[in-house]
Amino acid sequence: MSTLIAAAFVLIGSLFSVAAGLGLVRLPDVFIRMHAGTKVGTLGSGLVLAGTAIHFADPAVVLRTIVIVFFLLTTAPIGAHMIGRAALRSGVPAWGKDKTNGELRRLKAGRR
Amino acid sequence: MTASEILDWAVNAGFAMVFLAVALAFFRLVKGPSLPDRVVALDIITVAIVAFCGLAAIRSGDPAFLDVALVLALVGFLATVALARFAERYVDRRARALEAKESEE
Repeated sequence: MSTLIAAAFVLIGSLFSVAAGLGLVRLPDVFIRMHAGTKVGTLGSGLVLAGTAIHFADPAVVLRTIVIVFFLLTTAPIGAHMIGRAALRSGVPAWGKDKTNGELRRLKAGRR
Repeated sequence: MTASEILDWAVNAGFAMVFLAVALAFFRLVKGPSLPDRVVALDIITVAIVAFCGLAAIRSGDPAFLDVALVLALVGFLATVALARFAERYVDRRARALEAKESEE
């Protein structure tokens, strides 16, 4: 029974990984693409690692997978925040009619 | 079909799908168009390889692959932070160089 549950976790996690890759290719700008990377990618990896923990069912392995998922969950938002700030400050154009970025650039030019 | 056969099949399908995710992220890495796009693509490739390590641990029955995943998660975060800071400072430096050129003229 636990083998079947592990197989289900592995399959669902891999499907989410593919969704992250597809989102990275299909979504229109950096700020939206980051959602695919940080949320869906972390969820996919977390589910696959949960499947690994269920398959081994060994305290040492379970502890290691918990630590890995903890690190992924804490570092992904920080990394995404830093990339987003870098993209905004370097004036990467946003998708659609959002003029926030141009506004920010004008503000920075006035401050100098 | 026994349970372990189903797990084998699921792990093989998972390998194929994680490969596909890395390939799609690599497409974005090559295409760009901006530096932050490439940093995001590299970040996703790292997270996908963490999932790949979990699959390899099940496939080989050796939990040592999880240590690889742990180190990769930490080093990938450091790489993301370093590249993001580089992207930010690169633009600042270019703007400053442009200003210096203008004041010379």
